[in-house]
Amino acid sequence: MTTLAHPGEAADTHSLLPTAEPLQLIGQDGRPGGNPGTLAMPAPAILHDLHRHMVLGRRFDAQATALTKQGRLAVYPSSRGQDACQVGAALALRDQDWLFPTYRDSVAVLSRGVPATETLTLLRGDWHCGYDPYEYRVAPHCTPLATNTLHAVGLAHAARLRKQDQAALVLLGDGATSEGDTHEALNFAAVWKAPVVFLVQNNGYAISVPLAKQTAAPTLAAKGIGYGVPSLLIDGNDAAAVYAAVSAGIERAAAGGGPTLIEAITYRIEAHTNADDATRYRASEEVSAWLERDPITRLEAFLTAGGLLDDAASDALAAEAEQLAEDVRRQLNTDVSVDPAEMFEHVYAHPTAALERQRAALLAELAEQEEPAS
Amino acid sequence: MTTAVSPATTAGSTSKATPPPGPAPVTMAAALNQALADSLACDERVVVLGEDVGTLGGVFRVTDGLAARFGDDRVFDTPLAESAIVGTAIGMAMNGLVPVVEMQFDAFAYPAFEQVTSHLAKLRNRTRGRLALPVVIRAPFGGGIGGVEHHSDSSEAYYTHTPGLRVVAPGTPADAYRLLRQAIGCPDPVIFLEPKRRYWSKETAILTQEGPPIDRAVVRRPGRDVTLIAYGGMVATALEAAEAAVEEGWDVEVIDLRSLSPFDDETLTTSVRRTGRALIVHEAAGFGGYGAEVAARLTEQCFHYLEAPILRVAGFDVPYPPPHLERFHLPSTDRILDAIGRLQWEDGDA
Repeated sequence: MTTLAHPGEAADTHSLLPTAEPLQLIGQDGRPGGNPGTLAMPAPAILHDLHRHMVLGRRFDAQATALTKQGRLAVYPSSRGQDACQVGAALALRDQDWLFPTYRDSVAVLSRGVPATETLTLLRGDWHCGYDPYEYRVAPHCTPLATNTLHAVGLAHAARLRKQDQAALVLLGDGATSEGDTHEALNFAAVWKAPVVFLVQNNGYAISVPLAKQTAAPTLAAKGIGYGVPSLLIDGNDAAAVYAAVSAGIERAAAGGGPTLIEAITYRIEAHTNADDATRYRASEEVSAWLERDPITRLEAFLTAGGLLDDAASDALAAEAEQLAEDVRRQLNTDVSVDPAEMFEHVYAHPTAALERQRAALLAELAEQEEPAS
Repeated sequence: MTTAVSPATTAGSTSKATPPPGPAPVTMAAALNQALADSLACDERVVVLGEDVGTLGGVFRVTDGLAARFGDDRVFDTPLAESAIVGTAIGMAMNGLVPVVEMQFDAFAYPAFEQVTSHLAKLRNRTRGRLALPVVIRAPFGGGIGGVEHHSDSSEAYYTHTPGLRVVAPGTPADAYRLLRQAIGCPDPVIFLEPKRRYWSKETAILTQEGPPIDRAVVRRPGRDVTLIAYGGMVATALEAAEAAVEEGWDVEVIDLRSLSPFDDETLTTSVRRTGRALIVHEAAGFGGYGAEVAARLTEQCFHYLEAPILRVAGFDVPYPPPHLERFHLPSTDRILDAIGRLQWEDGDA
């Protein structure tokens, strides 16, 4: 039989499709999940780590939200409710892998090892990202939607070209899947077999716009097949499932198998940011229902039932979280020292003559203002 | 396109490229091809990517033969999506490569605008200097080749208005080689605008990166009476106009800007203060165009030396016209001479 397919077109579509139901390792009640699929339950030590980072992250997140009310942060997009995605994703990375976060992924950045104050530098109102991306293999928070998907693919492709054992993980939300860059990134990643994992945290809303107004696709994970990218649909409030899925994606990437698309079903408990009013577009019953599906409570129940967590350990962790919050408060309650001359410093590798003149003019202006009136 | 390409140096070698034996006629396209080949040979971090740059060698053949010589991991075709081409180049640069990207035509680069302006131009600043992005974006620009719509734009002002980018445009084959080598060696992102109407112009020259640095303008023709400022495809037109002006008794100095951003204030103000008259020529629409910035700067810096207002000869403020009309739109030598005539000459000035 002759085929009409062009070279490169393959008939194997089945292996690319996600499952109809989200994969789950630990159920909402803390018992083994009903749909583990191909996911492997992480070792107890990893489950411990996931729990610890979620508790710390949750406290950090609450503290950051509080600091916006005191004017110490310019803005803070909370990831409360998405704790399992934030922590599961960050911990699944190997040391050499890169994380590409968005503005809502401060807890993932923190869990990757970036100090709390550096994590919050941009949201505090500074012009730079605070941390050295190369030190932590964490790209600066990305504010435009989906543009960082392409940076992740490029970095991953370069790793492949340079024969480095290195993968990239990019975080995005349900709204970002409508952006052109997401489609281009999935396509480029697939064609290049780039070692990259896309983790879509589907929290149901793009600011106020619900998923039903965002897409007509059966699931966001289902979009992978259009690019030839194998996809997983997972329970995003199950930290074990997120960790296992991202780990599997990184493993595939490292083995030369190319990209993976993961859609994690989760929920944004807080408003879009402190400047948003979520009561204008969603019912409080909906939020309460998701509060019942809390990712930390779930993992705690699983660990406790398995004898892996006791009251003493929980208390010690709670104290550690309070200490973190106190440190964040203390560090952010000092005024940021700004040096206006530095605005000109990093526009180019070396400031141009014109920028030097502008800097001198600004400094002269400031010096004049500081002179006592005579 | 096979003429004037010097013998191949060893792929992947880190030694300096062998210079051709002596001056030879070379087209701008061949000079650019040679610059890419020499950069690929000298620096293993350099990669060339874009639409049709591999097997085909680019629609203008500027990447001709490079994929065959350097392999598919160094010179490669991308899927057709400009935002992704620039966006992935940013990621590649983050991971130690020096990507040289080809945008097939000026107006087809617009889908990449967000990646260029929001990320490529800003990431160094956003990371306090930690994240350098030595990316070069090559784009054929301007008209004069009878292209259909969207194939003849002059988009330089969009880029020069964006801090963090360098914008350069060569006017001659030898300078195309030099500027491209310099752009690839530059730690800043560079928008490299290639005047497509001059791809096949020849010059007898030795190709070398020695000479004026990337951010300097050059005097292409010294003169006493008026400074005629041009870049890219208009450099040759300006030189023709300067020759024609001799008959009118005007001794015209022609400056080839080379670097649109940053702007070489020193070379320009020195010339204009000496001649007292200045004229800027570009194909792009005049309103809000690059020439407005040049006129404003030179007025600020040379006001007391000026004998006349600084004039612009620019494209009309219309969408770039179709092939049958472009000759009415493009600045011509006649239009330049006419503008020179309006620079308030008095008896004895010229």
